[in-house]
Amino acid sequence: MAIIEIDGNHYEAPEGQSLLSVCLSFGLNLPYFCWHPAMGSVGACRQCAIIQYHNAEDKKGRLVMACMTPVADAMRISIDDNQARRFRRENIELLMINHPHDCPVCEEGGECHLQDMTVMSGHTVRRYRGQKRTHANQYLGPFINHEMNRCIACYRCVRFYDDYAGGKDLQVFGMHNNVYFGRFDEGALENEFSGNLVEVCPTGVFTDRTFSARYARKWDLQTAPSICIHCGLGCNTAPGERYGQLRRIVNRYNGDVNGYFLCDRGRFGYDFVNSSERIRKPLLDNRTEITQQAAEQHFRTLFQTAKGVIGIGSPRASLEANFALRALVGEENFFPGFNDTEQTLLSTIFTLLRNGGIHTPSLREVEQADAVLILGEDVTHSAPRLALSLRQSARNAAFELARRMKILPWQDAAVRELKTQTQSPVFIASARATRLDDIATNIFHGSPEDIARLGFVIAHCLDNQAPAPESMSDAEKALATTIAAELKQAKCPLVVSGTSCSSLAVIQAAYNIAKALPSKDKQLTFAVPECNSLGLAIMRGGRLQQAFERINEGLADSVIILENDLYRRAPSQKVDLFLNSAAHVVVIDSLENETAKHAELLLPAATFAESEGTLVNNEVRAQRYFPVYAATEPVHGSWQWLTGAMENPEWHHHDGLTAACADAFPDLAAIEQVAPGADYRFKGSKIPRQPDRYSGRTAMFANINVREPPPPQDLETPFSFSMEGVTAQVPPALLPVIRAPGWNSNQAINQFEEGVEGHLRGGDAGIRLIEASGTLPWFNDIPPAFKAEQGQWRIVLLPHIFGSEELSLHSPPIAERQPGHYALLNPLDAQALGAKNGDQMEISDSTEAPVITLPVQIEKTLPRGLLGLTGVLPKNLQMNNSDHVTLKKVAEETENHPEIYL
Amino acid sequence: MEKMDKPLTKNIRPDLAFATVADYESTGGYQGLRKAIRELQPKEVQQWVKDSGLRGRGGAGFSTGLKWSLVPMSDSANDSPHPNRYVIVNADEMEPGTFKDRLLMEKDPHQLIEGIILTAYAIQAGAAYIFLRGEYHLAAQRLDNALLEAQSKGYLGEHILNSEFNLKIYLHTSAGRYICGEETALINALEGKRANPRAKPPHPVVSGLWGKPTVVNNVETLCNVPHILNYGVQWFKELALGADTGTKLFGASGRVKRPGLWELPMGIPIREIIEEHAGGMQDGYKLRGFLPGGASTDFLLPEHLDVAADFEAVAQAGSRLGTGTMVILDDQTCPVQMVLNLEEFFAQESCGWCTPCRDGLPWTVTLLRDIINGRGRIEDLDILAGLVRMMGPGNTFCALAPGAMEPLQSALKYFREDFERYMVGNKLLEAD
Amino acid sequence: MKEPSEKPKFEGLSTEEIQEINAEIAHYEDKSAVSIEALKIVQKHRGWVSDDCLIAAAGILDMSPAQLEAVATFYNLIYRQPVGKTVIHYCNSVTCWMLGAEKVREHLCRELNVKLGEMSEDGAYTLLPIVCLGACDHAPVLMVGDELRLDVTEDTVSEILGR
Ligand SMILES: Cc1cc2nc3c(=O)[nH]c(=O)nc-3n(C[C@H](O)[C@H](O)[C@H](O)COP(=O)(O)O)c2cc1C
Ligand code: SF4
Ligand code: FES
Repeated sequence: MAIIEIDGNHYEAPEGQSLLSVCLSFGLNLPYFCWHPAMGSVGACRQCAIIQYHNAEDKKGRLVMACMTPVADAMRISIDDNQARRFRRENIELLMINHPHDCPVCEEGGECHLQDMTVMSGHTVRRYRGQKRTHANQYLGPFINHEMNRCIACYRCVRFYDDYAGGKDLQVFGMHNNVYFGRFDEGALENEFSGNLVEVCPTGVFTDRTFSARYARKWDLQTAPSICIHCGLGCNTAPGERYGQLRRIVNRYNGDVNGYFLCDRGRFGYDFVNSSERIRKPLLDNRTEITQQAAEQHFRTLFQTAKGVIGIGSPRASLEANFALRALVGEENFFPGFNDTEQTLLSTIFTLLRNGGIHTPSLREVEQADAVLILGEDVTHSAPRLALSLRQSARNAAFELARRMKILPWQDAAVRELKTQTQSPVFIASARATRLDDIATNIFHGSPEDIARLGFVIAHCLDNQAPAPESMSDAEKALATTIAAELKQAKCPLVVSGTSCSSLAVIQAAYNIAKALPSKDKQLTFAVPECNSLGLAIMRGGRLQQAFERINEGLADSVIILENDLYRRAPSQKVDLFLNSAAHVVVIDSLENETAKHAELLLPAATFAESEGTLVNNEVRAQRYFPVYAATEPVHGSWQWLTGAMENPEWHHHDGLTAACADAFPDLAAIEQVAPGADYRFKGSKIPRQPDRYSGRTAMFANINVREPPPPQDLETPFSFSMEGVTAQVPPALLPVIRAPGWNSNQAINQFEEGVEGHLRGGDAGIRLIEASGTLPWFNDIPPAFKAEQGQWRIVLLPHIFGSEELSLHSPPIAERQPGHYALLNPLDAQALGAKNGDQMEISDSTEAPVITLPVQIEKTLPRGLLGLTGVLPKNLQMNNSDHVTLKKVAEETENHPEIYL
Repeated sequence: MEKMDKPLTKNIRPDLAFATVADYESTGGYQGLRKAIRELQPKEVQQWVKDSGLRGRGGAGFSTGLKWSLVPMSDSANDSPHPNRYVIVNADEMEPGTFKDRLLMEKDPHQLIEGIILTAYAIQAGAAYIFLRGEYHLAAQRLDNALLEAQSKGYLGEHILNSEFNLKIYLHTSAGRYICGEETALINALEGKRANPRAKPPHPVVSGLWGKPTVVNNVETLCNVPHILNYGVQWFKELALGADTGTKLFGASGRVKRPGLWELPMGIPIREIIEEHAGGMQDGYKLRGFLPGGASTDFLLPEHLDVAADFEAVAQAGSRLGTGTMVILDDQTCPVQMVLNLEEFFAQESCGWCTPCRDGLPWTVTLLRDIINGRGRIEDLDILAGLVRMMGPGNTFCALAPGAMEPLQSALKYFREDFERYMVGNKLLEAD
Repeated sequence: MKEPSEKPKFEGLSTEEIQEINAEIAHYEDKSAVSIEALKIVQKHRGWVSDDCLIAAAGILDMSPAQLEAVATFYNLIYRQPVGKTVIHYCNSVTCWMLGAEKVREHLCRELNVKLGEMSEDGAYTLLPIVCLGACDHAPVLMVGDELRLDVTEDTVSEILGR
């Protein structure tokens, strides 16, 4: 630690840090543009100018850029010095020369870093009298607006998009004062993290297109801390509502999980909440709308008359909702609602995470890995935000080289300019090309068996105790040796796997490798499909097939299905049989789906935005989300429908339910501490969801009724639906809106962290439930090598960020970006079938019955004998990884769209 | 036969279109290289050049030998597949008023090539690039030929002069933009990127081209090196008149009788250059001032004519020696319009990376245009002075903008009445 | 933004162009370093760099079109619009300006019937400004194609244009 003097005050700061970042974490107001906590310094905007004095006597000092100046002991600087202030004021004046001053119509207004910095720097009078330079804008797809005239050329967009996220289609063109940030031609931004441009851009060039369509100022949005429900990583979000409509999602900082960035699925997938397909009224027999009372009555009666009730829970519903269902139907009648294969995989994963003795990293820890092996995942599509972290981990070798050359890690350009090739090893084994291939040292393409086999060989190379396949090809061996050697050298190697291949062997191989690694700081992580996959794995319960048997065999006659479309979990014939065999089917869900159509009683469930609950992410971190706004009656949180049918009054409140759940499962014991309960008060009030400038509350509904309606009461959480209350002392992890005096944009987060890019003061949101201990024996069930069989193909389902997840697909901008339906074939297979790109291919199941026809796409990275399927499979059509199918090219005249035979 | 007092230009003779390898060898060419490779260790070559007092001729005047000595030499072998260190010749000459490097390359390309080989030897670089501005087609042609000649003579390539030293020299022709002359922008340009400058530290001698230690030197700087090795440090020092060493190409353009370029001792009085070599002002014109070393240097006045043309003396007088090629301002050219022309150049050539330069220079241009077109206001001069202050040394990302401010700053100081004259006209107009 | 079908179909870069680009790759540590050279090679063969050519060149260098365009639009000697058979650059920097560059430019504009930056109607010439050509002792200066023309007068201009 160094002692530095800033304007006469002494501070302790880490030596070698950039001065700007330490000034910001001391809460000092120093404006900046080009610097970003996650992206470091480049010194381009010249806004962070301060005076640095030579020594104690020096009166004059010299102007330096704080972001480019490392902290050194006994350093003396001034932010307040007149010369520095004048420079900063005049620098903004220059930035504003061509700015359109269109704040009233700009979506950034009120949370604009440029506004904040302009006010902070004191530039108020415009002296420039010339013309402004103007630019044309581009269409950038359904997510992002482009308004180039607002650009102040801080270069942050391209630094994020290109350098940080690996995008290639957003660049800077031109030079001098005519620099243009855009695409080569109009079209959707290709990178999966494009949405972060909205927050990275300090002004209104890149704004959220989904938000503009129903815009409100930041201070007019009602917000609550939330958790993304669109994959298993649990990124922290801050959704905003107005007039009962969810209007956008922005990032909510979590130093362990998502940091400053979200993926586009998480940011733009929210619109299903506003969908016309929402179930908004209780429905009887898929026809008759009934009242809430009638629905509750019906529900209770069903229990009294039923001859055995089973409950099928859901990995996309909260712990509390699932627990309520489990309590209602009884432990032995509860099924977590996984697809059967997935259940095997997830319970294995949980066992590994719990008893495998290998640390599973947070995303922040992932970024520290210095060698990575990805076994069987296209991470960008299965756990998107993880891919962004893996991309950063590849840079560790460059940081290491920089360290040796005495270049500080935050000197972003200098580190990137070091030998371009310097990169930590990343190895990828997958069915075909992935979105991280550009950072891969070596790539292997194979069937799940072959991926698993490669994994077993690697483990064996690392530790000859680990079982190896009886035979292996020289190529396999050579590759495995290379990978093993790199992993062995690494200080902090990381093995990434997951459920995408539906292969237990792949997961077991991943464990063997991690177990075989010599490093103390080795890590193992798994991508899991849903926001509460691991929570439900902890809860356990029977398999779906067993649930089906209960009903089909008459052991029970009624089923309650919680937020789960069973047609996505099991073959449709089986689900049909099951639902038709049940005498009574109750479905609680938020969106219409195939299963809901079969409900005798359909109960409208609140979404994540209107309800509360606890989720467990892929690193077994429990996190709580809170309703952003009150559900409109008769929509209720699923847990409320379920507890409504119970006797125990303690469980009629969410906190009670959480506590009971924590009691019931030792592994979940800590979930009570994830967030304060409904009794939380500071100075007598709860945490307000509305910013203190929230406007129009008294007038919002005046067109309907001039009497101001009383704000809804929130009896379940520490938050109120109101603007009253003090937020100054609220732990940052619980703050709905991040804002500090003078800092209205999300950049205000600097004021809430323990050191820039650090953890939130008072701790990041969420609690890690378990830390791996013990060790497990080697797995030795090694599958035989995959051999393509004449005339048969094996299905590989290819996940997609904008297609694989159920709810986000109901968000129109996401649906617009979903991939097309294709049958991917190796070029040689295609040749053998006489097919070229675009030809129609009829796919038939093992009984030779045709199931679907899809256009062929030739994919040279896909191994022979595999059939890759992209896009969202039609409802009703269940195809699983590793199903065998046969193929037949369809005669030319067939129409050019997928045809389903079911 | 050797013009010992004009080592750089001795082969530039009316009887020669340009010096072939034979011409060059006949006046002592490649002798310095022979000597160095046979007798001197790389570190010793560095030391010779340091001792010679040679300072960079690209404008900044940094000690050449000192620069080389900052290159980390620890991992000496140029192990495959890529060299461990690089030499780059800055042949991007684009500073308005500067026309010296073109001549050296067109007329005596081997002199530069020998300089490059020696530099590469001194820092044990495995490859060198000549970064040549794209418009210099003739120079490109002659360098290309000369490189082939040197190669066939064993001065270049593998085992140079039967030693263990290997070197490849590549000619890279650029695609325009003044900023490419800035050494770190040049490195980006050579890497095929946009030519924004890089932050220093790290300096290129530590982390330059592809992150390797890289020495960047001006053409004229490197042309001196063979002679230093051939004739010795002492000889080189004695060439000069004042504190600096060696000779320098000095030039003058504008309304002088004989615009041109001359190799003269460092430290020669400026008066001698303008009045004797350039023949003084054209008839009917008087000397109003001059930019001593290209567009990015402060104006000096006739009262400064007796200043010695070396780095220290010109700095003392309030300007910079820069490239040593002077632009003469006569009494019938409006200094305000001349400054406008210069600022238009700099605004256009700003790379667009840092705020003050990108947005401040265009504003400077707007203000000057307004003034000249009678729309100026007296407070505009304060704004201009403010812009000069803002874009001062250290405030912008690279030296382009501070350079751009030098002629403006000195014009505001020396020619203020010329600015104000436009305002007076303006006021009268308004009074109408 | 693409023109309708009248435009001849782009057949890809010529073998010669591709060979020249590939030859340059050997001179650098990585492929993308050849970006500027690649554009110049295309330009040498075709006079300018069309979108199609740029996309094709980007493909050879493992760059995205946007990445190559970012480079192309930085440098003033890369033409992303068609230019005349011969490009006439007139130096507009300080000494030439002082010694009559404007007159030369006006004369050229008149003779070619173009504005600065435009191509003459017959496609023979494009007139562009350029910064100091390093021949200030012979101002004003032109660069006609690859050739430097010194001490330019109205007569020289007429001689150059063959009129
Ligand atoms: C905007 C700008 C343009 C420059 N242009 C040139 C140039 O064209 N040629 C050159 O040799 N140096 C130029 N320099 C100086 C170089 O950055 C660098 O100092 C020089 O090449 C070092 O060589 P030397 O030490 O041999 O002079 C320029 C500097 C700046 C800031
Ligand atoms: S001063 Fe700034 S904008 Fe100007 S050329 Fe240098 S880096 Fe670029
Ligand atoms: S934040 Fe320091 S220069 Fe931009």
